[in-house]
Amino acid sequence: MATSFSVNTRTEDGYAVIQTDGYLNGPTAEKLAETAKDLMNQGYSTLVINLEKTRLVNSIGISILIEIIEFLQEHGGMLHFCHLTPVIERTFKMMGLAQHAEIHPDEASATTNL
Amino acid sequence: MAKQVRREVTLNIPIHPNMELVAAHTASIIAEIMDFEETHIDEIQLAIIETCINAFEHSNSEDNKVTVTYVLTDDDLELKITDHGVGFGMDKTEFIDGETRAEAMQKRGWGLEIIREMMDEVKIDSNDGGTTITMLKKRA
Repeated sequence: MATSFSVNTRTEDGYAVIQTDGYLNGPTAEKLAETAKDLMNQGYSTLVINLEKTRLVNSIGISILIEIIEFLQEHGGMLHFCHLTPVIERTFKMMGLAQHAEIHPDEASATTNL
Repeated sequence: MAKQVRREVTLNIPIHPNMELVAAHTASIIAEIMDFEETHIDEIQLAIIETCINAFEHSNSEDNKVTVTYVLTDDDLELKITDHGVGFGMDKTEFIDGETRAEAMQKRGWGLEIIREMMDEVKIDSNDGGTTITMLKKRA
């Protein structure tokens, strides 16, 4: 299990995709939040976070994801997640993220109709 | 009746960022050896991460370490996470109104609820000499 973490971004017409790689905890989720805010400042209010390469997200990481959702909502944006493991999806639902963000099985279904 | 085989692994981890991953990774290897399915391994890892970060953040432990004991039997994996910190009042362990908290997107204070969701049994012993959380995951 690597402790390294990285984010890669890709912008498309009307939305941006952020791909994470590694464990999402407080510090790494802060890095993700900074990336999301940068994209918002560039005019991308619809974001897709692809967690295909992230297997573990702790509760502090999730609390920062909630802050990203709140930030996007304040600016009329929307957050989509894709490629969640069953455990991550269950934790997101438990903590209320699923009520305020869209969850999709993969990137193709997340970006359809955006 | 055949006698149960019981194996034990003990790990002392320092209270330091990312050290919870050492405990989680060890749990993952043990659970793989025990043939737990992938989703159950993720559940065990998340439960152990939440328990460790709870101890890291709140125990104020003077010895600055957490002891994790993994007990493997034929039927289940037991995890015992002990700190020698200040303990916490049991009022904080109440399993209250998760739906309302989710509705309001409450950000913090989910650790114990997540642990209870991920594991089959959870027991908390806490006093002013420290806290031990004992968790059990049954083999399907």
